Amino acid sequence: MKGRFGEDSRLAGWIRRLRSARGSRPYLRDCVIVSLAVAPTGVTFGVVADAAGFDLARIVVMSALVFTGASQFAAVGVINDGGSGGAAVGSALLLAARNALYGPVMRRALPASVPARLGAAHFVIDETTAISTAQTSRRHAAGAFWFSGIILWLVWNLCSVAGALLGAVLGTPETWGLDAAFPAILVALLAPHVRTAAGRTAALAAAAVALGVVPVTGAGVPVLVSVAAVAPALWVRSHRRESPPETDESRSRTSEPPAASGPEGAEPGATP
Amino acid sequence: MIALVAGSYGLKALGTSNLGGRVERRLGAAVALLPAALFAALIVIMTFEDAGTLTLDARAAGVAAGGVAVWRKAPLVLVVAVAMAVTAGVRALT
Repeated sequence: MKGRFGEDSRLAGWIRRLRSARGSRPYLRDCVIVSLAVAPTGVTFGVVADAAGFDLARIVVMSALVFTGASQFAAVGVINDGGSGGAAVGSALLLAARNALYGPVMRRALPASVPARLGAAHFVIDETTAISTAQTSRRHAAGAFWFSGIILWLVWNLCSVAGALLGAVLGTPETWGLDAAFPAILVALLAPHVRTAAGRTAALAAAAVALGVVPVTGAGVPVLVSVAAVAPALWVRSHRRESPPETDESRSRTSEPPAASGPEGAEPGATP
Repeated sequence: MIALVAGSYGLKALGTSNLGGRVERRLGAAVALLPAALFAALIVIMTFEDAGTLTLDARAAGVAAGGVAVWRKAPLVLVVAVAMAVTAGVRALT
């Protein structure tokens, strides 16, 4: 009886601590929501990577050490389409380049010492940037960064392994339409990027370039060539800026990277 | 795989280093537009490419259905489920 009472009071203590934590850690709710959005994406990654012929060990290494969902999907997708390893790495790294833009905005949340900062760098991704930059104080920004980074890393890895095991059970990917899952996920990832005129220009031009180049080069290379589409998009961006502000323009200005491409990344359907 | 791991970490670390701010000022606008271009290119390749040529098959129907789901603000799981179901359905019928 006494033991039970003790347990109860311990439980009450936990609840009290959790309640007060909501005040001292206002980002906990955001972390949970984003984790819930990332979990199915992780499972999907495991399933499609398995379908593309990646073994469990490579899926584990990739999720643990690359830890950038969009790049992982791109790399696996290019390999699945019969592209070369170089083309896969090339497209993945071009996508990962945006993580370099998050560093400067994340400055206040990152540790000052160089070794600690190098460790923290691994967790600088869409979601952690979104949650951390949404905090009002420096202390919360740092707490939110570490908490979301570690939680998301755990969720992402556990779910990719679960997906890989699930994929092995599913068998022939074509019967289930799994080959359409790849591009469908990318449509969801593309959505927040085409809200601006420049983003739409980049997307349309890149699609046209890729379709034009495919018959000549085969899979993999067209994706790299499509980077040229950024040039007309940059022109649209600078051109638009000179015109008088309109709704679309003010929107593109506020959603300028990296401050807001972070929050966009936190929408359901985003990946680390 | 090593190149992928090293490269993706290197880019994150570059951002957190003192060089980060300079890189952002110089290339920020271009890098921010890269995902739009790359995702769009990957989508059309994965939807229409087959053994080096362009084809129209069940994938196009599935991806279009997935696109509608994205437009209707459906969660990712539903987007993927719709795309897979339509593709598998069209494939089974044709």
